Amino acid sequence: MSASNGQSVQAMIEASKNKKGKVLLEKTMPKLLLLTALISVLTTFGIVFTLIFETYEFFTRIPFMEFITGTQWLPFAGDAKYGILPLILGTLKITAIAVVVAVPLGLAAAIYLSEYASDSARRIIKPVLEVLAGIPTIVYGFFALTFVTPVLQMVMPDVKIFNALSPGIVVGIMILPMITSLSEDAMTSVPKSIREGALGLGATKFEVAIRVVLPAALSGIVASIVLAISRAIGETMIVSLAGGSTPTFDANITGSIQTMTAYIVQVSTGDAGYGTTIYYSIYAVGFTLFVFTLIMNLLAQYISKRFREEY
Amino acid sequence: MRYIEEESVMRNMGKRLTKNKLWKYLFMLAVGIALASLVVLLFRIITQGTEYLTWDFLTSFASRFPEQAGVKAALIGSLWLMLVVAPVSMTLGIGTAIYLEEYAKKNKLNDFIRMNISNLAGVPSIVFGLLGLTIFVRMLDLGKSVLAAGLTMSLLILPVIIVASQEAIRAVPNEQREASFGMGATKWQTIVRVVLPAAIPGILTGSILALSRAIGETAPLVVIGIPVILQFLPDGLLSSFTVLPMQIFDWAKRPQEEFMFVASAGIIVLMVLLIIMNSIAIFIRNKFQKRY
Repeated sequence: MSASNGQSVQAMIEASKNKKGKVLLEKTMPKLLLLTALISVLTTFGIVFTLIFETYEFFTRIPFMEFITGTQWLPFAGDAKYGILPLILGTLKITAIAVVVAVPLGLAAAIYLSEYASDSARRIIKPVLEVLAGIPTIVYGFFALTFVTPVLQMVMPDVKIFNALSPGIVVGIMILPMITSLSEDAMTSVPKSIREGALGLGATKFEVAIRVVLPAALSGIVASIVLAISRAIGETMIVSLAGGSTPTFDANITGSIQTMTAYIVQVSTGDAGYGTTIYYSIYAVGFTLFVFTLIMNLLAQYISKRFREEY
Repeated sequence: MRYIEEESVMRNMGKRLTKNKLWKYLFMLAVGIALASLVVLLFRIITQGTEYLTWDFLTSFASRFPEQAGVKAALIGSLWLMLVVAPVSMTLGIGTAIYLEEYAKKNKLNDFIRMNISNLAGVPSIVFGLLGLTIFVRMLDLGKSVLAAGLTMSLLILPVIIVASQEAIRAVPNEQREASFGMGATKWQTIVRVVLPAAIPGILTGSILALSRAIGETAPLVVIGIPVILQFLPDGLLSSFTVLPMQIFDWAKRPQEEFMFVASAGIIVLMVLLIIMNSIAIFIRNKFQKRY
């Protein structure tokens, strides 16, 4: 009885092993899934090759040196000039203002959440900050143009309708939740025992936060700031709506400027035809933008890996 | 013998304690400023937009006249966009996550795939627009269609979906897989019948949040060249179309003051759409998420 039973189980196993469909499925699924994973690699290659090919076309018409050292960006003028420095400067102005707004506020908020706030306060504040992170950038852009700029004009009369200050501040508000949440993560992962050691030696909460927790979490904090800078560099809609379209090469932040992203938008919404130098110029500018953000992202990864304190 | 000179302790500590308290309030102030900016932003948009937010606004096409302008084409267009983005990005994203978590061995190729995904997540959205313009609109000749825009957006949010799905799959404890193998299940059977059912709530939550990012995204569609003033609804994947953020962008750029209010009304519609999607995500997370 038991023998025949054992045989039938054996037979069942054999039968199930021999099901062709199943074997096929087991073998093909990993390959199919690998294919989907390779799409993301293909996307990167697509981006890089697109940028390289179209930018190459651009450089057959405009000398490379003129592009990277020129201080005039006048693609629509009769005597067109393609020096990218004004666009880079515009981008850096926005980024610098955003950093000035977001880093102190974001870090202070992170310290408050990780060191001072009660659990219940944190449970309310964190999701609300996440809402701030989920608001579409076009909404921020509209806010900058219709609220922040008029308010600034009331305080400082020489602020123009389009300026660097207003979108810079709003980009700062946009990247603030990113700095807060990533820095807070880094600070909460500092073990409690280290804090208690310092408190036991008579340090105040503030001293613990600044001299113990902040240094221990520094790699995560710096990485979060670098990532936020990368976001600010690539930000498009806020600067397109509120920053203006005048590529200038000076230190003025109250007048109209143009960033790399805003230039791409300006050309895309205009009527520059396919194959014109202006058309290819958006790829050259896009390529420059891509290089900037790639360096920032690699830097952030390097910092968080290289300088991480392990506990 | 006294070990502690209370006077000098008080002298030293008094200052430090005041400093401690002062900074606590400064840190609180920072949180307050962040929250206040959110309140001001929402308040401004709601007070500006509600007047124009009528039933006619939802059911009319775009117009040169602010009082006749509506979001019908844009709202339906955003839903059409989701029709492409949701299946494409979720298939690719979940597939990649399963591969990386369940199959991928530690080798150069897989390390490269992982590194590539984290870098792709940092590429500005406008650069994805340039990719879409070259590859989908021109090379594959899809035109400025729902399909071209949808594929571009899918690639944009792909890294987010991959990472969220990876986390959900990783949260399924290994005991569950081992139990399934122990019962004689094959690898694929284990994935389909044990891992995925346990991970689906997390995957869905992450995917819906990623999709809500795609609904609010403007820059890549501007680069692709999606039109803004449309008097018809899309009738297929190759039809031209417009979306809510594009429509808002167009209104916000117009000089007439009335269009500011129209743009605000459009923003309210977009935000309500986002709130609905986020609520669904939170509902799924709270209702179905299992903790092991």
